[in-house]
Amino acid sequence: MSNTDFVLAVEDLTVSFDGFKAIDSLNLYVDKNELRVIIGPNGAGKTTLLDLICGKTKASKGSIKFKNEELTKLPEYGIVRKGVGRKFQTPSIYENLSVFQNLEVSFPRGRGVFGALKFKCNAEVRERVQKVAEEIGLADKLQTEAGLLSHGQKQWLEIGMLLMQDPELLMLDEPIAGMSVRERELTAELLQRICQNRSMIVIEHDMEFVKRIASKVTVMHQGKILAEGSMDKVQSDPKVIDVYLGH
Amino acid sequence: MDSLKALIKRYQLGSLLLLTLLLVVVLPLTLDIFRLNLVGKYLCYAFVAVGLVMVWGYGGVLSLGQGVFFGLGGYAMAMFLKLEASDPESTKIQSTPGIPDFMDWNQITSLPAFWVPFKSLPLALLAVVLVPMALAWLISFAMFKRRVGGVYFAIITQAVALICTVLIIGQQGYTGGVNGMTDLKTMLGWDTRTDSAKYILYFLSAGLLIASILLCMWIQKSKLGTLLLAMRDKEDRVRFSGYDVAMFKVFVFCLAAALSAIGGAMFTLQVGFMSPSFVGIVPSIEMVIFAAVGGRMSLVGAVYGALLVNFGKTYFSETAPDLWLFLMAALFIGVVLAFPNGLAGLYESHIKPWIARRLAARKAGATPRTPAAPTPPAPPASPMSGSAPPAAPAQA
Repeated sequence: MSNTDFVLAVEDLTVSFDGFKAIDSLNLYVDKNELRVIIGPNGAGKTTLLDLICGKTKASKGSIKFKNEELTKLPEYGIVRKGVGRKFQTPSIYENLSVFQNLEVSFPRGRGVFGALKFKCNAEVRERVQKVAEEIGLADKLQTEAGLLSHGQKQWLEIGMLLMQDPELLMLDEPIAGMSVRERELTAELLQRICQNRSMIVIEHDMEFVKRIASKVTVMHQGKILAEGSMDKVQSDPKVIDVYLGH
Repeated sequence: MDSLKALIKRYQLGSLLLLTLLLVVVLPLTLDIFRLNLVGKYLCYAFVAVGLVMVWGYGGVLSLGQGVFFGLGGYAMAMFLKLEASDPESTKIQSTPGIPDFMDWNQITSLPAFWVPFKSLPLALLAVVLVPMALAWLISFAMFKRRVGGVYFAIITQAVALICTVLIIGQQGYTGGVNGMTDLKTMLGWDTRTDSAKYILYFLSAGLLIASILLCMWIQKSKLGTLLLAMRDKEDRVRFSGYDVAMFKVFVFCLAAALSAIGGAMFTLQVGFMSPSFVGIVPSIEMVIFAAVGGRMSLVGAVYGALLVNFGKTYFSETAPDLWLFLMAALFIGVVLAFPNGLAGLYESHIKPWIARRLAARKAGATPRTPAAPTPPAPPASPMSGSAPPAAPAQA
């Protein structure tokens, strides 16, 4: 595969589970500093695509290049260390640890066994935790046990844990699912703030929310890309209306 | 409030201080050497229990094969002692003098190559720690890299325990078979069977155990400790935060193996023999029970668990030889039913709040100048959630 200027270049990606092609010869290119939203009906393969990019699922065929580096052969932690962050659909945080510890543990230093033994929570780490906590609106909750946070706060905390690593590509799987109206607004603002200087892929169903944050939308259907482009263009595409948006 | 926090903080180490006091001062002063030697033997199991707190409590990896590492450590020590006891002078009636007696009985005529390093004490001591760690690394690396965990891993460790016993019993010419290695007398000429030697070995065990607990406390307080807790909760999140999860499990499994092995070596020294009956599945499960009774999140609790269960074993078997197994079973079931978090959990939920209440009451009584202040703001809850230090589940 040729080298490109894209941050992420997915080419001819296929994965099949027992013959069922969850992703079928898919091509996807994400620009630097782009915020891409992926929409599509249930079972379209959106989450599987993220799983493939972050290494949770191994591809049957095709290539995933991040800044022209092949990801498909790397272990999960290797992909993360290259600068790809992934947020899961349900909040994945460490419930028994405090908000501070959740963020501290995500700081990208001391990642080996002995590095972790030697790791010191110095001023630099504390500063970064404080900064991220302010960004996600949890600065006054640093000592709270994460399990006690509300659903929305847990989602923000997980985003914060990813921000600690300052990834160049951030992938969020339905970040506003289960959030209140107010929380959705705050999340939209948060995403617009944090997409500066990094590329993002967001999977979302809420069309209002998508309209608000997306510059470019990709519609997936049955493991393939159905349409791609601006929100307006996609919304008026008859194929998209047919399978997803409805008449 | 500050002084209360300081008190709690001191209290976390306080439980270790209390244990040290008990082991180093109280028990040696009150028990005769026979009983103290028994306690020393129990302390050897406490090493395993402490290791299990790390690997099972913290790492979330249940191992039902810790007896293997206990045994390997014990055998490494026993091999050195056995070679020393088998000098040509004292084995001159054998057909091949100078080799351990069980080899002679099995028609082996020269010392097998893998026995040769055990002629040297430094090499034997290295082997005590390194051989079990190497095996632990091999098992855990192969399993954890393939994401085998939970029940499957526990079963595999059981299989390893079974394989080891079968191997030891089957290879009797090299291992002493089912009898194990007996007649261990001296270490570098120092008779380990005298009372004074027993005292020294007891204090050595206690000292090493306390050092091990301190090491584990340090690991728990480090980022690695936090990561272990995080992994237990959301392994995928840790993996997708850039950590090679498998290696952390390998590390903690090897740590537990090394601790068990040190326990095994001290056991051999204090008891004077090593046999496959300490290696198999049953002793391995018993070791898990020590940690469960003590509380699997508490290093200090694990020591009390090992002491209590073994003391019960000895006491019941002396006073009710017909019933003791049933009484032991009753103890286990009772503990698990009544306080599933073990002795440490019992302490956290009942004794600690009671102490805090008493302290608070005393404080209120001692400062009558502020009678306006009503009941002090309920302190019992604070040590668990409120206090600032990233409190790993408290030590009891």
